[in-house]
Amino acid sequence: MHTGVRTLWWSVGLSVILVAVVLASATIGPVAIDALTVARATLNAVAVPVGVSVAVESAGVFGASVPVPVPDVSYYYPFSLSVPTTAEVIVRRVRLPRIALAAVVGFSLSSAGAVMQGFFRNPMADPSIIGVSSGAAVGAVATIAFPLAIPFGLQAAAFAGALAAAFGVYAIASEGNRTPVATLLLAGVAVQTLLGAAVSYMLLQSGQSLREAVYWLMGQLSGSSWAEVEVTLPLAVLAFAVLYAYARDLNVLLLGEADAHTLGIEVERTKRILLAVASIITAAAVSVAGVIGFVGLIVPHVMRLLVGPDHRILLPTSALAGAAFLVAADTFARAGPAEVPVGIVTAALGAPFFLYLLRNREVHAL
Amino acid sequence: MIDVDGLTVARGGVTVFEDVSLTVEEGEFVALVGPNGAGKTTLLQAINGVLTPGSGIVRVDGRPIGDCSARDRGRLVATVPQDTHVGFDFSVEDIVAMGRTPYHTRFGRTDREADNRAVRRALERTDTARFADRPVDEVSGGERQRVLLARALAQDTPALLLDEPTASLDVNHQVETLSLVSDLAASGKAALAAIHDLDLAARFCDRIVLLADGRVLANGSPAAVLDATSLGAAFDADAAVTTHPTTGTPSVTALGERRDRDLTVHVVGTGRTAARVIARLHDAGATVTAGPLPEGDLAAETARARGLETVTAPAFGSLDRGVRDRVARLREEAAVLVAADPPRADGIAGLLDAHIPVVTVDGAGGPDAGAQRQTASARPETTTRVASPAHVLEAVVTVAPERELPADD
Repeated sequence: MHTGVRTLWWSVGLSVILVAVVLASATIGPVAIDALTVARATLNAVAVPVGVSVAVESAGVFGASVPVPVPDVSYYYPFSLSVPTTAEVIVRRVRLPRIALAAVVGFSLSSAGAVMQGFFRNPMADPSIIGVSSGAAVGAVATIAFPLAIPFGLQAAAFAGALAAAFGVYAIASEGNRTPVATLLLAGVAVQTLLGAAVSYMLLQSGQSLREAVYWLMGQLSGSSWAEVEVTLPLAVLAFAVLYAYARDLNVLLLGEADAHTLGIEVERTKRILLAVASIITAAAVSVAGVIGFVGLIVPHVMRLLVGPDHRILLPTSALAGAAFLVAADTFARAGPAEVPVGIVTAALGAPFFLYLLRNREVHAL
Repeated sequence: MIDVDGLTVARGGVTVFEDVSLTVEEGEFVALVGPNGAGKTTLLQAINGVLTPGSGIVRVDGRPIGDCSARDRGRLVATVPQDTHVGFDFSVEDIVAMGRTPYHTRFGRTDREADNRAVRRALERTDTARFADRPVDEVSGGERQRVLLARALAQDTPALLLDEPTASLDVNHQVETLSLVSDLAASGKAALAAIHDLDLAARFCDRIVLLADGRVLANGSPAAVLDATSLGAAFDADAAVTTHPTTGTPSVTALGERRDRDLTVHVVGTGRTAARVIARLHDAGATVTAGPLPEGDLAAETARARGLETVTAPAFGSLDRGVRDRVARLREEAAVLVAADPPRADGIAGLLDAHIPVVTVDGAGGPDAGAQRQTASARPETTTRVASPAHVLEAVVTVAPERELPADD
């Protein structure tokens, strides 16, 4: 079957699964809400952005008042079905934002993971391989432990830390205009270790806020709001579009850089773009959700087993499967009597499944 | 078509080669030969643009490769890499289709018809169409090599570079692959291949470029380039060049790196055993003389190819006085005499009666009665028998008279 057609069918199928998982997830919680009500409330929440206006607000940075442009998007809501108010509020204000954010984060981490594994030609590569999560952790834990010293919000600090770490690793690994992948990998490991030490030290010094910091490090989506979805969703979609545009180039890069070069790929430029975009999409996900491990590692592996190594089909299917997987994992995380960080759930569900695949099928290479 | 002019490449501060110039015309298949580390792969990478040369220029179809965009390069030069391992379960057809990468734009429409045609043609041309749907890592090494050749064909370039295209192939596939490249060249491509096997290079290529010591040591027809002298200089080894009995092209036998030993051995004998004894001793660096050897015998042919001092006599004939004298003179200078499966002719018996240590080597058929009878006349205390030419060196070194070593201060 032609790749385009296969991609379409797989994507449609996984989208259906994603919608089903979202609806099922929204029925689950302390208040039981039936599926029909959830579906109606969800449809009511469907918003079509119709316009953007920019308002200027002032924000305090280092004690000074700085004007900050804030985009204000106006939406059109095509559905208004009748739903009991309580149910509508719970679904729309509490559960859906969290589910949507889980989907966006899963989508981002899995597509970045697929790109990194292809880019590094290494089955152990994950989205944070060049230090993104460690950098985010430094930013976030610093904000939590020393709230007065860091003037930005936690997410901004995490995002900035993530990009600074990624850029640092890239700069360290570059010689002239070349960036050997092996050096990048090793520099990533070293920088992650260094930043890990910084995080450990800050945790020791964090006193009262230790619990909050640890909770962040384990990855969590509680208290998510639509505002976070509004920022991360467009970024994720945009970044995914760029990565998808490079799907063929990623395929050719799997053959090795010299081969890719002779096949007409601008290897170094392509590497820079892929690395930058995959790091940005990962940084965005990590800064709103904390360090959620394993999604970006196993989802692309599983999809590669199912659809093959061609990134034209692997990227969209990984992204959709990652979204569905994280929504399901987060439902487990919040469904119990006491909520656990979703990072624990992804690892607890993902690792055994991955081991099963390892034993039963060929996951020895990419 | 491929025009390399004054190319100098340095890697890690060390000059790999300097001022290399060569051309490959349309329709020509040129072999690039030379010892390991001579820079064959580096030269290919400088031609396809993977490496930027320190100085000099490479033009393909008149266009300087260094100034081309990656996509344009991909439309001018296709390369079949040495390492054929792919490591991902792309299908054979997927891999070949990647050859069309230089014709794709990121957002614009691609000419899918032209792609499919080129891929189909490449698959058929390389006889890979019948396993086009199989994962590329499940096909054999030889098949995979052809798949990468197909990928290069799908690129539809005027120039084709191949880095050791036969290195991982069995004899049969080596010949198939090179015939195919030869056909492709004949159909108008300029093909340049780094080839290890000098015989194959001589057989299939129109011209051979010998790269050694950082420069082009020889460049010309196989017969002109493949002579023992230039090969010796290039490879630091002795080589024997003969005409291949079947293909009629030059055939090279590398004799290994010579380590001159201060040891002269005279060999008398016939056939395969004597030939192997001569080869083994000569390879080990001994000065070898031989005779009498029957004319046209394998042993005589071996000694001649190596340029050894040899006395030959007509087979089945008796030895005339001149022959006997020349043999006696050679034998005088030798430290050890080796009788390798010597003929039964009684006339030879006296030749073995030497006053130097004798090593006898049994023929392929085991201890030979004739040889036993003849060597009996040699002084038994200085006669050593070995069962095969493989052990001759050890025996010769053991029985060779100790030379006086210069005294150390």
